[in-house]
Amino acid sequence: MYKIIEKENLAPGIKRIRVEAPLIARKTHPGNFIILRIGEFDERIPLTVADYDRDKGTITLIFQEVGYTTERLGSLEAGDYIQDLVGPLGKRLDLEGCKKVICIGGGSGTALLYPIVKAFHEKGAEILTITGARNKELVILEKELRTVSDKLFITTDDGSYGRHGFVTDILADLLITHSDIDLVVAIGPVPMMKAVSRITPANIKTIVSLNALMVDGTGMCGGCRVTVGGETKFTCVDGPAFDGHQVDFDEIMNRQSYYQEEEKHICRLGREVNS
Amino acid sequence: MALQKEKTPVKSQDPELRIKNFDEVCLGYNKSEAVQEAGRCLQCKDPACVKGCPVEVPIPDFIKAIIDDDLDRAAHIIKSKNNLPAICGRVCPQEEQCEKLCIMGKKYEPVAIGRLERFVGDYALKKAGVSDSRPAKIMKKKEKIAVVGSGPAGLTAAADLAKEGYQVTLFEALHAAGGVLRYGIPEFRLPENILDQEVSEIQKLGVEIKLNVVIGKTITIDELFAEGYSTVFIGTGAGLPKFLGLPGENLNGIYSANEFLTRVNLMKAYKFPEYKTPVRIGKKVAVIGGGNVAMDSARTAVRLGAEEVSIIYRRSKEELPARDEEIEHAEEEGVIFRLSNNPTAFHGENGRVKSIECVKMKLEGIDSSGRPVPVPVAGSNWSLEVDNVIIAIGQTPNPLLKYNTPGLKTNLNGGIIVDENLSASIPGVYAGGDIVTGAATVIKAMGAGKKAAQSIIKYLEEK
Repeated sequence: MYKIIEKENLAPGIKRIRVEAPLIARKTHPGNFIILRIGEFDERIPLTVADYDRDKGTITLIFQEVGYTTERLGSLEAGDYIQDLVGPLGKRLDLEGCKKVICIGGGSGTALLYPIVKAFHEKGAEILTITGARNKELVILEKELRTVSDKLFITTDDGSYGRHGFVTDILADLLITHSDIDLVVAIGPVPMMKAVSRITPANIKTIVSLNALMVDGTGMCGGCRVTVGGETKFTCVDGPAFDGHQVDFDEIMNRQSYYQEEEKHICRLGREVNS
Repeated sequence: MALQKEKTPVKSQDPELRIKNFDEVCLGYNKSEAVQEAGRCLQCKDPACVKGCPVEVPIPDFIKAIIDDDLDRAAHIIKSKNNLPAICGRVCPQEEQCEKLCIMGKKYEPVAIGRLERFVGDYALKKAGVSDSRPAKIMKKKEKIAVVGSGPAGLTAAADLAKEGYQVTLFEALHAAGGVLRYGIPEFRLPENILDQEVSEIQKLGVEIKLNVVIGKTITIDELFAEGYSTVFIGTGAGLPKFLGLPGENLNGIYSANEFLTRVNLMKAYKFPEYKTPVRIGKKVAVIGGGNVAMDSARTAVRLGAEEVSIIYRRSKEELPARDEEIEHAEEEGVIFRLSNNPTAFHGENGRVKSIECVKMKLEGIDSSGRPVPVPVAGSNWSLEVDNVIIAIGQTPNPLLKYNTPGLKTNLNGGIIVDENLSASIPGVYAGGDIVTGAATVIKAMGAGKKAAQSIIKYLEEK
C-alpha cells in the first residue's frame, strides 16, 4: 500500500499528488514512469513521474482526469492509499551534451515536462520553455517552470493568457531566431507532438514522450506497441521517449482510441455510483 | 479383478454449458474413482514413469498410498519433490512425460498419473485449509536468498530453499504472485483459488513475497548483493510476445496472446465492468498459432461470446504443439481449425482489423527441430473476415533484467547463459526456466527451479 501524503488541485481537472514510495523515489530519473492500480477492481494505468524526492522517499504524480481511473485517483485525498505502485519503468532520458534546448509542454503534458526542464537546468543548459493550454485556468506550473527556464513562453488557445495561439507558433519563431538549438523536447497531446515534429528540421533532434495503452509496463503485453522508423517498438521498455521525426503518430492516435466505448461505459457507471 | 485397459474416466463440464462460463472444465476424480485408477498401477520395481518426471516424483509410492487409503502419506510423498501438485496435476503435459513411459501404456492406456496427482494435490490443499499444515520447525540459516520472478521456477526454488532453512525473498513485478500461472493460464484450466492456496502454502514455509518490485529497475542485482543477499535466482520467464512482422499488425483489434490473456486472467476483464479493465472481442476471432497458449486464447474468446473462433496454424494437425487434451477441448467447444494456413497480411477499415489474408501451406522435408517445413502454395491466397486477431506464436525471454545488469551473459535469443549447475556469468547468480530455455512448460521450469535450489545449497555450504 502506498500512502498519499499531499494532494493539490493545480487546475480544473488537473491534480497533483505526492505518494510515499521510497524504493521508486530512490531510482527515478527524468523520463521514467510508474504503473499504479488504485484497488482490487481497478485498471493498471501508466503515469509519468513529475518529480521525486529521494530523501523524503516520495514521488509526485500530476494527472488530468480523462477517464474513470484518473477521476477515481483524483477523488483520493491525502491519507488515502493506492494499493499497487510499480516502477520506475521505461528508459531514462539522455540529457547529456545539450547546450541549448527548447522544451514544449501541452496541457497536462507540461507537468511531465517539468522534471526534464529542471534536470537540464541543473546540468547548466540554456532552456527555452513553451507551455500551452486551452485557457488561462488550465495553465499549470508557471512559477516552477519560470524558475528553471531561461525564457518561458505561454500560449492559450483562446487568448485568455499569454500569446493567443498554439505552442507551434512560438516554436516556429524560435527556430528562426535561434540557430543553435541542440534539442527539442515535446510532451503533450499526440496532435501537438506530431505538429512539433513536423516543424523541427531533420537536423534538430526532436524527442517526444508517448502515452500508450499498456497493461504490465515491463514488455510483456505488447499493447503499447508503436511504429518508430518503420519498426515496431514497445513504449514501456524501448520508450516512452522516441525520436519524433520517426514516430507514426496517426497509428498512436488510432490505438489510443480502441477502448473509448468501454471507457464511457464505466465512467457513466462511476458517476451514477458517486451521485 | 479383470485388468482395466482404459483410464478411469474423469467428469468434465458439458461443452454446451462450459462455453458460457469460466469455471473449471475438468472436475477431477472423487475418492472412489481415484482408488479405482490407482489400482491400475503395476507398482513397477524400476518405475519408468519417474524418469519421465522433471522433478522425479516417486509416482508408484504415492499411488500405493492412495490404494492404502492414506492420503496424508500420498500428499507427503508428492510434496517431498513437487511443491505445487494441485497445479501440476492440472497443467503438466503428462502424456509426454510420466504417462508416456508408463508400462501399462505400452499395451493399454497408461495410468492417469496426472489426474491422481491432482486428486492428492487438492486433498492436501483442502486439508491445509482446515488445519495448520506448517512443516516441523526448520532450523533457520542466516543466509538471505533473493528469488526473482514468482512463476513456476521461482516458486519451486523459493520453496526448496525455504525448506532448507534459508531466508528467502521472492520478488514479483506484477501485483499478484504466480507469473504465467496467474496472467497466462485461464481460470477454466487452473482456478485462481488453487493458485492462491498453493502460493500461500509456499509462504507458510517462510518465503516472503514482495510484489510490485521489478528487479533491474526498482532494485538491481548489485543492490541485492549490497543489501546482504548471498545468492540470486532468476526465474523471470519468457515474457516478451513475438509478433509476425506483417503489414497491418498494429491495427486495433489485434492482440498478443499475452495481452489478451493478461487482461482476462490477471485483470479479470471477463468480469467487466465490475473489474475495470476492458477487453474487446467481436463475433469473429482468429488465433494465430497452434500451442497451448493458442488453445487457451481461442477457448477464452469462445467464453467471451465470440461466435466463430478459428485457429490458424501453418502445419498440419499432427504437428500442433498443443496438448491433445487442449485440442480436444477446443474442438468440443466449437473452435475451427484452419490448418496448413499462414497469415500474410492484416487488412483494416477505420483503423480496425477487418480481415486476414492467408496463404495455404504444404509440408516439405524436415527442419533442424525435426518438424516438417511448411512452404507456401503459390497462388493459394485467401481472405478471412475477422473482428479480432490474437497472435500466439510464442514468447522470448524478457530482456528487462539483461538491459540493466552489466555482466549478465545472454545468448542470441536473449536467454541467460548458464552452466550445468544453472550458474550464470555473475558469481552467486543462478537462472532457470523459460528465461534460460525460451518458452517451455510449467513442469520443466519447476525442474529447473529445483535444480538451481540444489546448486545454491551446495554453493552456500561450500562457501
